[in-house]
Amino acid sequence: MNSFFERRYVIAGIFIALILVLLARLFYIQVVDDRYFLYAQNNVMRRIIQYPARGPILDRTGKIMVQNEPIYDIMVIPKQVKPFDTVEFCKLLDIDKEGFDKRFAKAKVYSPVRASVFEKQLSVQAYASFQERLSEFPGFYPQLRSVRTYPDSAASQFLGYIGEVTDAIIKRSGGYYTPGDYVGITGVEKSYESTLRGQRGVRNLIYDSHNTPKGSYANGAYDTAAVAGERLISSLDMRIQKLGEKLMTNKVGSIVAIEPSTGEILCFVSSPTYDPNLLVGRQRGNNAAKLYKDPYKPFFTRPVQAYYPPGSSFKPLSALIGLQEGLIKPSDTYNCIGYYMAGNHRVKCTHVHGTVNLAGAIAGSCNGYFNMVFAKVLNAQGGKNTDDSYTSWKANVNKFGFGERLGVDIPSEGKGLVPTAKYYDKIYHKGGWRSTTVASLAIGQGELLATPLQLANIEATIANHGFYYKPHLIKAIGDKQVIKHEYTVKNYVGIDAQYFEPVINGMQSVVDYGTGQGSKIPGIVMCGKTGTAQNPHGKNHSLFVAFAPRDNPKIAIAVVVENSGDGGTWAAPIASFIVEKYLRDTITKRPSGIYPEYYIEKNLLPEIIVKPADKAKLKADSLKKATADSLKKRKADSIKQASFKSAQNKPAKKSLGNVLTAMLPKRKDDE
Amino acid sequence: MNNHQRSFFFNVDWVTVLIYLALCVIGWFNIHAAVFDENHPNILDFDTQYGKQFIYILSALVIGTVILLLESRFLSALAPAFYVVTVVLLAVVLVAGRNVGGNQAWIDMGGGFRLQPSEFAKFATCLLLARYLSATNVKVTDPKSFLIAGGIIFLPMLLIKMQPDDGSTLVFCSLILVLYREGLSVYFLIIIGLLATLFISALLVNVWFIIIALIAIVALLLFMFGRRNRKFVASLIVGLVLSIGFIFCVKPLYYHGLKPHQRVRIDEVLGLSKDLRGVGYNQNQSKIAIGSGRIWGKGYLQGTQTKYAFVPEQSTDFIFCTVGEEWGFAGSVVVLGLYLFLLLRIIMIAERQRAPFSRIYGYGVASIIFCHVIINIAMAIGYMPVIGIPLPFISYGGSSLWSFTILLFILLKLDSNRMGMNYA
Repeated sequence: MNSFFERRYVIAGIFIALILVLLARLFYIQVVDDRYFLYAQNNVMRRIIQYPARGPILDRTGKIMVQNEPIYDIMVIPKQVKPFDTVEFCKLLDIDKEGFDKRFAKAKVYSPVRASVFEKQLSVQAYASFQERLSEFPGFYPQLRSVRTYPDSAASQFLGYIGEVTDAIIKRSGGYYTPGDYVGITGVEKSYESTLRGQRGVRNLIYDSHNTPKGSYANGAYDTAAVAGERLISSLDMRIQKLGEKLMTNKVGSIVAIEPSTGEILCFVSSPTYDPNLLVGRQRGNNAAKLYKDPYKPFFTRPVQAYYPPGSSFKPLSALIGLQEGLIKPSDTYNCIGYYMAGNHRVKCTHVHGTVNLAGAIAGSCNGYFNMVFAKVLNAQGGKNTDDSYTSWKANVNKFGFGERLGVDIPSEGKGLVPTAKYYDKIYHKGGWRSTTVASLAIGQGELLATPLQLANIEATIANHGFYYKPHLIKAIGDKQVIKHEYTVKNYVGIDAQYFEPVINGMQSVVDYGTGQGSKIPGIVMCGKTGTAQNPHGKNHSLFVAFAPRDNPKIAIAVVVENSGDGGTWAAPIASFIVEKYLRDTITKRPSGIYPEYYIEKNLLPEIIVKPADKAKLKADSLKKATADSLKKRKADSIKQASFKSAQNKPAKKSLGNVLTAMLPKRKDDE
Repeated sequence: MNNHQRSFFFNVDWVTVLIYLALCVIGWFNIHAAVFDENHPNILDFDTQYGKQFIYILSALVIGTVILLLESRFLSALAPAFYVVTVVLLAVVLVAGRNVGGNQAWIDMGGGFRLQPSEFAKFATCLLLARYLSATNVKVTDPKSFLIAGGIIFLPMLLIKMQPDDGSTLVFCSLILVLYREGLSVYFLIIIGLLATLFISALLVNVWFIIIALIAIVALLLFMFGRRNRKFVASLIVGLVLSIGFIFCVKPLYYHGLKPHQRVRIDEVLGLSKDLRGVGYNQNQSKIAIGSGRIWGKGYLQGTQTKYAFVPEQSTDFIFCTVGEEWGFAGSVVVLGLYLFLLLRIIMIAERQRAPFSRIYGYGVASIIFCHVIINIAMAIGYMPVIGIPLPFISYGGSSLWSFTILLFILLKLDSNRMGMNYA
């Protein structure tokens, strides 16, 4: 009856075998293979980076120089978008239909269910009109972000700007930054990046399969809060910064002012400048491109990057070295006959000074006197071993921070140039050069090149009678007002305090009755020195260095106005206004009759010759731009830089090289 | 038989009932986890699937009890009637049924309740098959009997295929195990296995490799056993020729005979295509859910894959994801262990019957439950294409739970009466 009964074992065997196969597979995916656990976590968990607010920057009086302003990014989740009035939408966002399609296609490619940025950086005003209609555009939503804003539109090269990280920065940061992050690119924003950026936080959120947030992961146990960036208190005084920028309108050059007793930089003008607000928001790309093309290079940070021959402003330093070496005495006199015989050629003086002592030589800027001093220094060993003497002179100059980096706290600082003895050995072969060969160094010409910051620092050192604090732009960091230790150390330059008085006497005379007398400020004793840096490529650069008041100096300053003429004509008056504004907060009537408005309105921009080839290229560029990706096509927003236009309107006279970079003087003695 | 009542309950196989209850409770809790709704956290909230499942379990128990109280002879006698009724219902559903998820499988009963005739067709078919095969003059080895038995299975299968419900159709194929137990040649099983292997190989491997391999195997077999046995040689060579013919039919059959949605699902399992965002999404998410459970699982109500709706059909066809994710490999072992225990127990019960009717019916029950378990779990872990088929006693749904309860409790009823049947 019950035949085939042994077949139950076959059937039971099939049951057992197949269930074991399933269990083996389950063992593999549940126990052996760990990937599925990670997949599941990736499915639901999103690490949301919490961006901290970037630290604001204040001026020395607590006035805000840069802070954050809310803006809105318009985000889109393509899958949630339903048909809507595209025309109206484009109008609200100020984009064209083509740009809309491109953006939307891009977002779709990125992900149909995840949010991507549709339009960046809508201002609060622009967003307000968009917000009213927001409900008509399902799938679009705003995301609050912040951008930098500059209430005074000043000190742009000092502050620098921030921008999206490049691949190189991401690589260098070791993965700290991710694409789309903003970092400081120049200026203080760059040098204090790690302080300003704060600390990012992370939120671990749970999302369901429809990408709807479902609260935080593990009740936020693994979340970290973002810590806002620290506040920076800069050393700048906005009053004189703004005045300085005004005075330098339509001029190329810079102003650097330092508080001698601290090394704090009070004023840091680089002209021409630009409105830092131009590099924020939706027009940023266009504006930046225009600024890059500006022939006067507004991004060039002249106070620390431009090199100028110090000219006569170098003379006090020259005198100090002679005094320290014991080669001259303040009372020693020199008879200026209108030229100095350096070997067998004449070095011209401005005029016949007659018999001058140290103070008189400084006041009258007598070239002969300083050639004499320099010859004494280089011939200290009786005309032999000039290179040794030169090397020790160079070392003395270097101690003032001239020819070396001062280590100021913004990027791209230049060293200036004090050539080595070897340099001259190369040109004239070893032992083939003497004091007369390099005589122009005595009067700050020849190969000598300094940045405006170095010039100002020399004045601060003289004001301090022999030492300086490292010049710096950030006074204190954070709420605790931490001051970096390196800024509290005195740097001695190796000149005894006693030698300064005679030199300072001379510098006072410069302003009282010498080459800078037009800039005398009633009631304030200012000690200064004019300089006229010879420029082989065009008109001379006008220089003025000074500190004031003579007793207990509060401000040391260097002013350079490129291609404008004598130091006393342009640089000195500008310096005097800054000094007075800083010390008195007002500018009084001057006996000489000078007033700031005249200087503000004066256009001293050098002409720029655009070569025909360049012109064609420029045109091509602008054409290319006009037809460029409509993502960037917007109303052309001209940069308010009258300077640029006025310079272009003038007819070209003679061919100039690049005035800004070709500053290296030809080896040429003054005759 | 004085204390008939006492011995009756004494005779019920309580081990099976306990396994049955365990699986129902496991199902209930996992449905709670799978469709957990924070606004209705209570497992007894009747607005939710888990609340409803509780009612289904209670009513299933009532149905089970009623079946135990029925007269055994009644079941055997009414088998043809049950069969006719379900076949009629299967035909009606094709005309007037309600279409849910692409399958015309439901009949509205009013009051929100729907019935799925294909669920009841399973036990009706088993009953009729048992009755037919248990007749004294019927032998499966006899071609005529085989054809009639096959017809009993094939008729409801065809109607269900027309809904079209591929899962349930496949389940009816499992009844071949019953025929095998009753004497069907083992070659049927071997040929089915061979065809399945050839089918899959032909899709994955170059046809010529398979042919070369087949010829080599046949040559080896001939060399080893075929020297004197002419019949063996002849059948081998015929088999070889048919196999090669079949191989060449596979691709046209696959690419033209199957519906696109079926083909892409098979492609996905065989690795012929990888579309984790489209066709493969559900199965991939299901695998992730189960795999992410690791050894001990994420804990009750802690499964993120199910909680955040990454897994589809979480309470019905993919309920095993919740088991795998929240209870880990340990949970998988317990559930599959219970099923295996249940299946072996059913075989044991079937084999202790004196009446062939009960034995045959028992194997039918085992085959159907086995088929459901294997297909459902293999699908959840990517070993089989996606086929909508519930996990017995665990998946959410009244029709499915009731039909499995009826299926199993009829066997328990027959078993409790095995002595009585003998005397009858």
